[in-house]
Amino acid sequence: MDHNDINKLRGKTAVVGLAESGCGLASGWSAMEIMATAVHDALDDAGIKLKEVDGVFAATAFHSMAAMSLSEYLGVKPKFADGSQIGGSSFLSHILTAAMALDAGLINVAVVAYGSNQKSIGGFKTISEAMPYEAQYQPRMPVSAYALAAKRYMYEFGASREDLANVAIAARDWALLNPRAYTHQDGPLTVNDVLSARPIVDPLGKLDCCLVTDGGAAVVMTRSDRAKDTKNTPIYLLGAAMEHHHRMISEMPDLVRTSAIESGERAFSMSGYTPDDMSTIQLYDAFTINTLLFLEDLGFCKKGEAKELVQNNNIGPDGSLKVNTNGGGLSCVHPGMYGLFVTLEALRQLRNASGDDVGKRHDGGWINNAKLSVAHGNGGVLSSQVTNIWGVSDTL
Amino acid sequence: MPENLKGTVGPEQQFKNFLSEGKFMIQRCKSLNQFFFHPRVAFPGSGERDLEWVEASGNGVVYSSSCNRRLPERGGDFNLSLITLEEGPKMMARVEGVDPDKVEIGQKVKARISSLNGEPAIIFDIV
Repeated sequence: MDHNDINKLRGKTAVVGLAESGCGLASGWSAMEIMATAVHDALDDAGIKLKEVDGVFAATAFHSMAAMSLSEYLGVKPKFADGSQIGGSSFLSHILTAAMALDAGLINVAVVAYGSNQKSIGGFKTISEAMPYEAQYQPRMPVSAYALAAKRYMYEFGASREDLANVAIAARDWALLNPRAYTHQDGPLTVNDVLSARPIVDPLGKLDCCLVTDGGAAVVMTRSDRAKDTKNTPIYLLGAAMEHHHRMISEMPDLVRTSAIESGERAFSMSGYTPDDMSTIQLYDAFTINTLLFLEDLGFCKKGEAKELVQNNNIGPDGSLKVNTNGGGLSCVHPGMYGLFVTLEALRQLRNASGDDVGKRHDGGWINNAKLSVAHGNGGVLSSQVTNIWGVSDTL
Repeated sequence: MPENLKGTVGPEQQFKNFLSEGKFMIQRCKSLNQFFFHPRVAFPGSGERDLEWVEASGNGVVYSSSCNRRLPERGGDFNLSLITLEEGPKMMARVEGVDPDKVEIGQKVKARISSLNGEPAIIFDIV
């Protein structure tokens, strides 16, 4: 094998600790405090001391140099740090970078972290600058971009708003099983609930859009040889890949085909597994259209067929595909950049199935015998796509 | 072009200057004979720099469209569309002259130069 073949990273690193903090409403807490709390809790989960952390990876809309600010706050002097900002998928790319840095011996313990208090300080927080050649038309970003993609999707494949609503309904059904979910007490959704919700940017209404919450998350990564000796079940990174081809929605070559086609193909190839092998499927659902696009682009069905795949609540708790089992960005949590929560759910499902206590769910909320999860992150306006494949030890 | 860029303006400002003169100009790569938008210093993807400005025909087709809901006191609902230009590239714009939620994918449109918030802007009308 070529010495610089990315595939040699398969299984070389693992997540050994994870945590979330301040999800929902965390009034009186800053984004940094929420993020740092998640880091300390994740280290406790791993049984690793803060002083061992020598790699710091972070992004948030609240700190332009997040990795540096977080390192300072924690009192860590990292030998390698990365605060790359590619939107909500940043953390899934940080995981790839952390795996490379760990494997190269630059660092021994990495933390990947995020924190936001957007809800308690007034609502959706973006770090994005105005886009040239678009800003003067006053798009309401990011929702206007996703609405344009949804409209085109409906046109090309004969999909309807009801098809999009099925995604929101399934996400809510999962949230009803997850006491951590923001909408856990809100009751199920009907097609009519989704279609009659306040229109935001046609064809997307309020219930086609993700939540606006506070929240932070963190994971701890080490090399696999070290991972075996930590407190809880390590979950191994089997595949990781990223790609993007645009920043502005007007530059997206094809509104119904994302770079998840490429990131997914390479991540699955590196892992040695296929979409059919995945016990759980965690997709960045900022809007209902995302889930349809990513199910297709990652290879769970052919292009244009996701609308059939999601019928009859087939991606809900009683369905054949276990998609967004925490309730997703639509019904669990969405503090502005959701990527690390996609990752957390992929990992938690595998740890729960391995016997770890990672929280309580109602019957059906945990997937029995889960061995492999795909975590897929999306950033910008269907822009950056990052796919991670996670597995328990006997999938190595 | 002088190395230090002095005495010139970049493609974005050139584009805006053309608009101020009432011209909708897009760039064409001469060696590839291909148009592109938005304006750049080189052809995207392969880097050719033999570029020229050409006046766009203004003819286009709606690639996608959305009605952005906005309170009446803030100006009311407005259209936001992506238009495929006859020359090939896509751009964001507004389609006016019909209700903002009545713009359909595939409709033929024609550009005119209008203004938005005091700046020259390309607006499309249904043909």
